[in-house]
Amino acid sequence: MKKLLENRNLSGWLMVSPLAVVLLVFLLMPIILIVIVSFWRATEFSIIPAFEFDNYEFLFGSSVTYKVFYNTFKYALITWAFTLVIGFTVAYYLAFHIRSLTWQVALFLVCTIPFLTSNIIRMISWIPFLGRNGIANTTLMSWGVIDEPLEWLLFSDFSVILAFVHLYTLFMVVPIFNTMMRIDKSLIEAARDAGANGAQILWNVIIPLTKPGIMIGTIFVVTLVMGDFITVRFMSGSQSANVGRLISNDIALLQYPSASATAIVLLASVLITIGILLRFVDIRKEL
Amino acid sequence: MEPRSRSFYILSAFFGLFVLFLYGPTLTIGILSFQGEGGGLTFPMRGVSMYWFYDLFEQQAVGDIWGSFRRSIVLGLMVMVTTVVVSVIGGLAFRKKFLGSGILFYLIITALVIPSILVSLGVGLLFSQSGLNVHWSTSGFGAQLTWTLPFGLLIMFAVFNRFDKSYEEAARDLGASPWQTIRYVVLPIIAPSLIGVALFGFTLSYDEFARTLLTAGSYNTLPLEIYGMTTNVTSPVLYALGTLTTLFSLLIIGGVLTLALLSNRRKARAGSDAGRAV
Repeated sequence: MKKLLENRNLSGWLMVSPLAVVLLVFLLMPIILIVIVSFWRATEFSIIPAFEFDNYEFLFGSSVTYKVFYNTFKYALITWAFTLVIGFTVAYYLAFHIRSLTWQVALFLVCTIPFLTSNIIRMISWIPFLGRNGIANTTLMSWGVIDEPLEWLLFSDFSVILAFVHLYTLFMVVPIFNTMMRIDKSLIEAARDAGANGAQILWNVIIPLTKPGIMIGTIFVVTLVMGDFITVRFMSGSQSANVGRLISNDIALLQYPSASATAIVLLASVLITIGILLRFVDIRKEL
Repeated sequence: MEPRSRSFYILSAFFGLFVLFLYGPTLTIGILSFQGEGGGLTFPMRGVSMYWFYDLFEQQAVGDIWGSFRRSIVLGLMVMVTTVVVSVIGGLAFRKKFLGSGILFYLIITALVIPSILVSLGVGLLFSQSGLNVHWSTSGFGAQLTWTLPFGLLIMFAVFNRFDKSYEEAARDLGASPWQTIRYVVLPIIAPSLIGVALFGFTLSYDEFARTLLTAGSYNTLPLEIYGMTTNVTSPVLYALGTLTTLFSLLIIGGVLTLALLSNRRKARAGSDAGRAV
């Protein structure tokens, strides 16, 4: 028995077995099942095992598909740009401009707490701001900037991206802050001694060293936005769609095979995106 | 200390705006939940009242809010305990390379990046095709674990990457068994991070929506109940509920932070250097 436990592979697997079981039953098997069901046929009331490519043919033959995929990537790209700029700035401020560790931790917590509250509530809370008679419109009108309420504030691409940035900037702040805190401060002093100014230090020292954090944040934000279906539905007032919504609409109509086919294509595009991003960073080393 | 540069003040202002951006909307619905009886979803306030909170406690027509709240708490605790235990054991295991650890690691990353609706759809299909009923405590529980476990593990990886192995070596040299080393040396040192994992486990579960959508069955969890309300309730009662759940989350976070602070103090008073290296 003792000899058995000393076997590294066996004791390793013994320890990760609960994890492996959960991932097997609730991740791997569901994915495999989705792949299988994506070849099935659906009638109005039930789904029938089959092996046909109709779901995919329909998916790739419809112009709607290309439009929602375009939307999905558009949201991901724009949200990524905003969260990166905001997240980097906030992390940079916390890591290099706040001098005591206590304050760093305190301000970091201030940024983290909203992440631990409900996403749906945080989405709802934009309504009084952006609505036709909301705070933004009434303020702008009282300042005389606009004469009548702006219609595009709520239930538009603008509000969708605003909500994404609001919900997910933290996923940029945390990894970037984490990598920045590990930068040896003497490197920055050396750069300054060598005559670099603030902008040069930022561009030539800090940004290159922060790249792993930026990549991890990017992976989080891109996958969260690409896989989303609720923010787009809620914040666009059901006026625009991304792939996630396409899937959830199919599910609501009990069209599981076509939902599955769409889900597989979505998963493939997310994994390809991640695969490309992972070429630039070794996640395990950077934690 | 060198004087503050101009960029410090610009960045401070930027940070202030960011915090306002994070908290402003939540504060607004907090204020609006005290809307008078005739008031609507936006300003102006038509008087100040607790009407919508009372409404929340009385009116059961919108659904089973309190039942769903109870279920969400129980589920959150289940997920929390499982996440802490499994992440710690998994984190310990991953310190050594074993056959297939690479594959398992990629599976963890997959769990983290997979669109949540796929988990919901897949687990839902798995249960329906194998003739099982979906229920929040079985399929919902498992679906949420695919999200909280990778998070817990990532935190544990980060913790063990910074863990000073000489503590363990010292324990071993003093004759401690592997179990004693873990129980009396490793666990006390990583305890503060475990509080963090527990907090993440609970709140991620308590707020999870997408993964429970198709896996909770006929009894809703609180986020599902709120989601249902957004489609058919258009009165400030929605804000009242939002304010209450946010307050509950803040209470939990505050409690955990106090706990962490107190244990830090106690450690400092006891004069032990355990955990300093973390």
